[in-house]
Order: sequence, then structure tokens, then C-alpha cells
Amino acid sequence: MMAKKVLVKGVEAIALGALEGGCQCYFGYPITPQNEIPEIMAIELPKRGGVFLQAESETSAINMVLGASAVGARVMTSSSSPGISLMSEGFSYLIALELPCVVVNVMRGGPGLGGIEASQGDYFQAVKAPGHGDGRFLVLAPYSCSEAYQLTAKAFELADKYRNPVMILSDAILGQMKEPLLLKSLKIKTYPKEDWALTGAMGRPSRVIKSLFLDSKELAERNLRLKRKYRAMEKEIRYEAIFSGEERVIAVAFGSIARICKEAVLNLREKGYEVGFFRPITLFPFPGKALLNMAERSLGKVSLVVFELNCGQMIEDVKLSLCGKAEAISRYYPPSILPFPEDIEKELKKCLKSSGFPKV
Amino acid sequence: MKKIKILEERCKGCGLCIEFCPKKVLGFSEKRNLQGYRVVGFYAKEKCNACGICFLMCPELVFVSEE
Amino acid sequence: MPEVFRFPKSLKKTLFHYCPGCHHSIIHRLLCEVIDELGIRERTIGLASIGCSCFLYFYIDVDILEAPHGRSCSVGTGIKRARPDLVVFTYQGDGDFAAIGLGDSLHAASRGENITAIMINNTVYGMTGGQVSPTTLLFQKTTTTPYGRDPKKEGYPLKVAEILAGFEGVAFCARGAVNTPQRVLEAKKLLRRAFEIQLRGLGFSYLEFLSACPINWKMDPISATRYVDKLAETFPIKVFKDQLSEGKNEA
Repeated sequence: MMAKKVLVKGVEAIALGALEGGCQCYFGYPITPQNEIPEIMAIELPKRGGVFLQAESETSAINMVLGASAVGARVMTSSSSPGISLMSEGFSYLIALELPCVVVNVMRGGPGLGGIEASQGDYFQAVKAPGHGDGRFLVLAPYSCSEAYQLTAKAFELADKYRNPVMILSDAILGQMKEPLLLKSLKIKTYPKEDWALTGAMGRPSRVIKSLFLDSKELAERNLRLKRKYRAMEKEIRYEAIFSGEERVIAVAFGSIARICKEAVLNLREKGYEVGFFRPITLFPFPGKALLNMAERSLGKVSLVVFELNCGQMIEDVKLSLCGKAEAISRYYPPSILPFPEDIEKELKKCLKSSGFPKV
Repeated sequence: MKKIKILEERCKGCGLCIEFCPKKVLGFSEKRNLQGYRVVGFYAKEKCNACGICFLMCPELVFVSEE
Repeated sequence: MPEVFRFPKSLKKTLFHYCPGCHHSIIHRLLCEVIDELGIRERTIGLASIGCSCFLYFYIDVDILEAPHGRSCSVGTGIKRARPDLVVFTYQGDGDFAAIGLGDSLHAASRGENITAIMINNTVYGMTGGQVSPTTLLFQKTTTTPYGRDPKKEGYPLKVAEILAGFEGVAFCARGAVNTPQRVLEAKKLLRRAFEIQLRGLGFSYLEFLSACPINWKMDPISATRYVDKLAETFPIKVFKDQLSEGKNEA
């Protein structure tokens, strides 16, 4: 069947991707700028024998997700920054209970009520500590409607594969921006859940899904088991790079601002500037090795300029990954200042000049 | 008539069975179980008519039938 | 003659960790007797809450999921919506159900979620050492109302059953106790009724049990069991709503 082409917003692409990914249950709560997701799910899920329910709060919604996941359903929620904060205890439990689910965060300006324009201010929250304890989310950051569609679908497969929540981290630009999207069917894998899901103790001993381990050895082993899982997730690392080795300056960015940077980089490269581009798609696990490898393969001295729509967060992971092998400069735009490609070009040219390399 | 057995290891010496036994056939014995609780015992087993009230009130399921 | 002197099939033989004279384990036994009688052990999911009864899975031989503090009714909603064929019950304390989880509880009830919520009301936070709770009696001393609960400061005892009785989504709402043999027998009937309501899909079933907490009330088990009668003065033991007896027997 020929794939249909549609003109959709990023949040609509996410919803369509979730349906393609086999989402069976959606629990959420209204919050700008992601309301189209629950609205689409409210229409589509009942048609497919699925479940849609709007909860009285994000705290309640994430716990409904927890229940549905524990009985084996493919389940998701979506929210934006303040709502995601309300879900953090639930996130920690979902991680500890090794329950798969998909969580979409369409970031908005923060902190506090902030604004409804785009921001990337929840980077740390998403990749470092979605909830209390050492638990992590696998975090995917799309930068286009088609990537939002594909990554959201893939998120359901990865969540079941690792029995761990997967977060789609987007923002108000991508969320509310319209683009053509090819609705091609994706081969999304499913995984058997009979050996762990709660289905009622029929023909087997009763089962418990819990995270309370008062025996310290057991709790320690539990944490180490999760750590092994995060290492195994490194197989899922994805990034996009424009790099040949001669570049002196590399723009590093994820999500919406990465599109602005990419346009700037491509413009400069046409004019012969030695400028590269690196875009992490998985934010956790972070593509640090690829970044370091790129810096090491550079023929001469290279500096990486990290562009972010916050006050500088991913810059720390870039510096950590480079181990001092290359210079990392932070260029940040707090919500809701939005740079144009020309602004990015100016920054990149300034860095090229200051690192002593005139235009070729 | 059912014969009642006392699972001494389960008793926590709360005394509810003694309090509510209509025939007052129960009391604290001198024995202590592994948990260190003074265990309930029969004062006058023959007067017990297995009415079941001790079973109803016991939080620990100490009283079971002998079979 | 009640079925006595026998372990219910769905009650594990593990020794209870509860304090001597605690009523939790009496209610555990009744719950298991009802699960056995209704033959639902193999399709029931229990939700353990956070509190003295968080180890529910040591004692009740059904599939059990641990719910974050106060969230059992929301987790139960997620389960029942995803798998309406499963029987779902929550087992919560007064702090879990009516303090931190009040929003989750009331909204699940208002939506008429087809689950059975059991609240054990001992007027204090037991596991953490006896702090004040929404159901602490007026002037009752707790570790965080050392001078007694003062209505001007801590307000009034929250009468959950009375509130829920007014919800259209609630099909069964009752309060019982297990501090006398008669009430134990009655409590089992209430439990059975609550699950029957769920099995018929009539809506939310809520069952509150007044319960003794000797250690935190600083009483011996027998006085604590008697003191439940005092609780009953504030929290009347009564069936507030029972749609099954009002002739409505199918959703």
C-alpha cells in the first residue's frame, strides 16, 4: 500500500508514530504545547480497541501508565516540562520495577511556569535524573516530523527490549511546526512478556513486581543490574555528523536548534568554511565516544561549539566526552530567544577566526 | 467435634483469644516461642466446644483444626 | 457456622510481621477467604500500598504490584483499563488512601473505576511511628500532635466513607471493623459484597475497616481492640451504599 503523505505538526507526528509503534494505552493530562497528542489518542485508540484516559493530574497519569505496563500493555504518556516534573517519582518506580513505557516531553520555557515557547531546559532532568535514585531513561531527541514519527514508534520497541522507560525529548518548535510526513509502515518489533507481566497466577506461582528491597545486598544487586542495562543500551546510540577531518570548528546541537545550526553549517561549507556538524539523537546513552573519536581524527586543532536553547547543559556532557582533547565552547540561548541561521553562522565564523584560521 | 491445635510458633501473646473466648478455656502458658512471645495455651481443653471465636479474633492464625 | 480453624488457600503461611494485636492480618485472612470462596485467586491483581501493609505480597498468594505512596487507585485504574478481565483490589492505609492519595482515590471513585479499594483506618501513620493522619480523632495524641489533635490547627477527622457514598461512580461503600467476633463475621460479608460488585462491573467499591494499632496508640492489644469502639463514634460502622441490594445487579 503506498505510504500516505500528510502535512502534520511535530506533536501529531509523535502521536501517529506511537500508533505505528503499537501503543495500546494512553494516560495523560492537558498541557501546552503537546495537547494534540492526547487529542489524537482520544480519537484513535478507542477505534483500535485501545485505552485512552485523561487523568486528574500528571502524577495520577504516570501511575496509570505504571499499572497498564505491569500487565503487559504497550503504554505511553506525554506532557511538557512542569508535568514531567510531577511524574518524576513515577519515573523512578517505572525504572526500578523495570516496566516499559514511552514518555514524551515536549519542552517549554522554564523554570516554573516559564513560557510556552521552545526550550531545552529539561536536558539534565531527562538524561541525568528523571527520578530519584540512579535510574536512567533511554532518551531520543528527534529534530523533524519524520524523525519524531519514526523514533516514537521505535521507542515502544526499545522500551520492551530493555524493559525500561524511553523518553522522546522534543520541544515547542518541533512540536508546533508543520512539515510533510511520509506515513510509511515501520517494522516495529514486539517482545514476549509472559515471563514477567502480571496476568493473574493462573497455572503458575503468584508473582510480585516491587522495588522495595530492605536487604542491602539485594538492593545493591538491583542497582548494578540496572547499570548493566544502561551499558547494554549503548548499542542503540544514534547521531548525525557532517565531518571529514579538515574541519576546524564543529557545531554540536540536538533537537530543533540542530536544524538551525545544520542550515548554517551547510551554508558556510558551500562557501568553503571548514565547519562540521554533530547532532546527538540518543541523549542517553550519550554518543560521547563518537564525539571524542571525531576530535581525535581531526588533522589540526578543532573546537566544538555547543548550541543549546537553555543556559548550557549538554556542554557538560560534551566536555566530559572530549577529556580535554578539544576545546568545547558553549553558545546558549535561554528560552525563549531563538537564533536565526545567520546568527549561528556569525558565531561559527567568530570561532574560526579566534582559532587562527582565516577563510580558505 | 473438631479438635483444635495451637501453632505455638505463630503466637505473639496479644491475648485477644483469651479475652474473647466465651468459655474462658485459654490462658498464657509458661512457654515462650522462638520469637520470645509467651504462648497461649489451654486451661481446660475439655470445656472447649470449638465455637471458633478464638480463630475469628486471632490475628496470627494460631488456632487450626488438628487434621 | 463460619469456615474456621483452616488457612484460606490464598493466604501464605509466612509469619506476619505486624505488631501483636494488629488487625491488619485479621483482614488479610478474611480477604483470602473471600478470594477463595469467589474462586478468583488466579485472575486477581493486588495493589500493595506504602505503609505497614506494604509487604502484602508476603501474605496474599495473588499477583501483586507495588504502588507508589497514595497512587494505588491510579495504578489500579491503569490495570483495570488495560485488562478489564482481571479482578483488581487496592489495600491501603488511611494515610495512603486519604492523605497523599486522596486525589487519586476520589477521582478513581468518581470515574466509577471497576476496582475494589480497601482502606484500613487506624488513625495514624503506623509504619513510620504513629504520626497524625487525616483520620486522627479530635484531641487524639500522636507523635506529631503531641498535645492532641487540635481542630484549629489540624482540622477535623476526614470521613471518607461518608464522602464517597455521595459519588455516583461508587457502587458500594461501607465501613466495618474487626474488633469483635460479630464484626469479623460482618467484615467478611462486606468484603464479599465489594468483590461481587466489582465482578458485576457495577463501579467503584470502597471498603473501610477501623483497625487497632496498639503500638502507636501506646495501648496493650486488648485495650486497643476495645478502643476501636471509640473510633466508631467518629467513624460510624455502616453500609453507606450497596447497589447490589438496591436491585441493580448488572452494569
